[in-house]
Amino acid sequence: MLEIEDLSVAYGAVRALDGVGITVERGGITAVLGANGAGKTTLLRTISGLQPARGGRITWDGTELTGRAPDRIARGGVAHVPEGGGVITELTVDENLRLGALWRRDRADRAAARREMYELFPALEERSAKPASTLSGGERQMLAIGRALMSRPGLLLLDEPSLGLAPLITARIMGILRDLRASTGLTVVLVEQNAHSALSIADRGYVLALGRVVAVDTAAELLADDGLRHAYLGF
Amino acid sequence: MQDFFDLTLGGISAGAVYAALGLALVIIYRATRVVNFAQPALALISTYLAYSVTKATGSYWLGFAVAIVAGTVLGVATERLLVRPLRHRSELSSIIVTLGLLLVLQAVAGMIWSNEPLAFPYAFDFRGRFSANDLFVVLVVLAIAGLVLVLFKYTPLGLRMRAAAFAPEVARTLGVRVGLMLTAGWGLAAAVGSLAGLLATPPFLFPNVLDGVFVYALTAAVLGGLDNPLGTIAGGFVLGVGLSYVSGYFGPEMVTIAALAILVIVLTLRPSGLFGRAKVRRV
Amino acid sequence: MSVRTESPETRVEPARKRRTLPPLLVHVLAAAGALAVVVALTLVTDEFTNLRIATIGYYLIAVAGLTLLTGLTGQVSLGHGAFMFIGAYTVALLVRRVPSFPLWADLLLASAAGGLAGLLAGAAAARLRGPYLAGATLALAVGLPALTRKFPDFLGGSNGIDFTVHSRPAGIGVPELRWQTWIVWLSVLLALVLVVNIVRGRLGRDFRAVRDDEVAAALSGIAVGRTKILAFLVSAVCGGLAGGLQAFLLGTAAPGSFTPALSLSLLAAVVLGGLGSLWGALWGAVALVYFQAWSEDLADVLHLNTDVANNLPLAVYGVILIVVVLAFPRGIQGGFHRLGAHLKSIRRGGKA
Repeated sequence: MLEIEDLSVAYGAVRALDGVGITVERGGITAVLGANGAGKTTLLRTISGLQPARGGRITWDGTELTGRAPDRIARGGVAHVPEGGGVITELTVDENLRLGALWRRDRADRAAARREMYELFPALEERSAKPASTLSGGERQMLAIGRALMSRPGLLLLDEPSLGLAPLITARIMGILRDLRASTGLTVVLVEQNAHSALSIADRGYVLALGRVVAVDTAAELLADDGLRHAYLGF
Repeated sequence: MQDFFDLTLGGISAGAVYAALGLALVIIYRATRVVNFAQPALALISTYLAYSVTKATGSYWLGFAVAIVAGTVLGVATERLLVRPLRHRSELSSIIVTLGLLLVLQAVAGMIWSNEPLAFPYAFDFRGRFSANDLFVVLVVLAIAGLVLVLFKYTPLGLRMRAAAFAPEVARTLGVRVGLMLTAGWGLAAAVGSLAGLLATPPFLFPNVLDGVFVYALTAAVLGGLDNPLGTIAGGFVLGVGLSYVSGYFGPEMVTIAALAILVIVLTLRPSGLFGRAKVRRV
Repeated sequence: MSVRTESPETRVEPARKRRTLPPLLVHVLAAAGALAVVVALTLVTDEFTNLRIATIGYYLIAVAGLTLLTGLTGQVSLGHGAFMFIGAYTVALLVRRVPSFPLWADLLLASAAGGLAGLLAGAAAARLRGPYLAGATLALAVGLPALTRKFPDFLGGSNGIDFTVHSRPAGIGVPELRWQTWIVWLSVLLALVLVVNIVRGRLGRDFRAVRDDEVAAALSGIAVGRTKILAFLVSAVCGGLAGGLQAFLLGTAAPGSFTPALSLSLLAAVVLGGLGSLWGALWGAVALVYFQAWSEDLADVLHLNTDVANNLPLAVYGVILIVVVLAFPRGIQGGFHRLGAHLKSIRRGGKA
């Protein structure tokens, strides 16, 4: 279970997050929504340790994450796919994938995981020896997610996976996430501006505005609440 | 024709040294985006230590080994103590700090071992047009370069080091200990640099002995592109041969000016080096 | 990628109600005042100290030129010593070959020669950034003095060129060295007046704009390439003058004085004094001379052997570079600014 209590993050004098509290059950898919600048990316970066917190606590699976170095958090089973995917363009597709699981000791399992990713994303297998820079936006997103999944994480943080992607590919990715949740009990925190697609696979949703949580409910309720949607989600 | 042949052979062996020192610079540049102006000084101290060890024990190879180890340690210390604290500051800061280290270490070398030239042995017989020593230099540099390239391209450690260099933040989220990788990069580079120092120094060792070689190595690294190890190695050999011709036909005093001219001409035409990757900012 | 340096605070002059003197006049008056101070100092100190005062003089203009280049336009130059080399040898050659030229003409030509070299260097360097520029200028510093060995007859080889200049007119009853010190400082202050006017004027603003962001500067209509070359030109004129004055003072121009270590020491002076600060150039020049002097004294007192004594100043400069960058990036002048701001805030707090 992911527990975020009273989290505050600031960049200098600017408050990016103010007293944010979020709870995600194991195996749940939670959407974090809100307009630009609401603090969604900051939230994910703070969970994965890239951004220090000024106050509050983050606990995953019983262990405290706040104050830990990001590589330690990653080795604790937390995978973060940043906005745009963050594929390393100077490396090949295969190298990007392998990088995802290098910290795991079990070589056989690493090889198995790679095979699974190629099955999941055949387009990547075709391009496996090519530099990641030759991939299209959608392919990069798939590579980024595949790379994140290589380490068999317990918690997956996704920052706007559908940004700039064709709806078909977005749907595919969402489908893959649903399947994974079903098969491995993966916990997912999904940040999206495209609230509709996020809420269509999420169980619950949090809405952020100006660094604060302004609404939390089940996905269905959020979808149904017109006032909320107009005010914060833009549709 | 005889002259030309001799000059070519001499140039190849000189070029091997430029390639090695240039490789050291490139490894560090790729890892931390810093041009290590202190590299010749790290190599210098290592070579002086080799001198002392060889003098005390009579064994060249023991001194050789000590130099490589010392170089590694110095490289690691430099990264952790001087470069790490400045990683968020401007590029100028790291240039100045490594220059400061260059001054300090050259001065310290003069203090401990005096500024007088000391006789420093060749690894092997150095007589002849293309001596045993020349062959050794070329082979060992090619071997080391090959090992380094294999390390980076085919090993998990190399992959982590490249990831740490190209995208440190993303690498952290993938469980890579980026700081450790950067330190390892510096240690490796400094070891290679020390090797270059040992090969470049004979016959005489004095505090400024590596100044010229450093300029040529930097030229080679820039020609090949500061983030391209293969290009730098090739550039080193080509530059070695080219400068050998300059020395032979125009005089040894003209060599550094020639290197400067080459540097300026190449960079004017291709600001990121012949094979470098340009980071273009278009508005 | 342009080199970014920590930029000293730009001070906005508050609108003045009363009429003020034109800045050029102010600077000339200040220079006259400074010259008076220097003359007074030389009259009350011994010959040894006079030499030191003179040395501070030419280092001041050298460091000022470098701080303008590296501090104001962000172009890292490790080859400033090469411009001093050119200036020194110009004076030496002119005095030996064309003795009819008056001293001021020699110095002017030395500055011009430096400037010409600076123009070429600047043009060559216009497309170079950060470490590439540093490397190229280092190559210049290493390679240029080697030319003395290539043309030993013309340039005097490793021993250099010795000469004597009698600049003191008959009838003025001061020791030659004292007179030379006055000449040095007169030249330096004249050059500084020009430099200060450039720095405080529009070109200085263009320099800073180019340093901070070349693309933005270009977009606001600044001819970036030309500005950078001009910076090199001005800094090299300063370097050439400094070298010429050094030759004049010492009566010799030799390659051994213009090692890469000189260029690095000048950079150390720039960084210590405060990047981009002309007052900082003064502190840096004083530091260069007095650290050298103190090392010699220390070596005597502690009975250090010659190896240690000879290398001590360079070791000190290296440590300065490291410590200043790590702990006091704004240098001495920056420290004064902070002190001044601190005092101001105390005063304001007291009033409230």
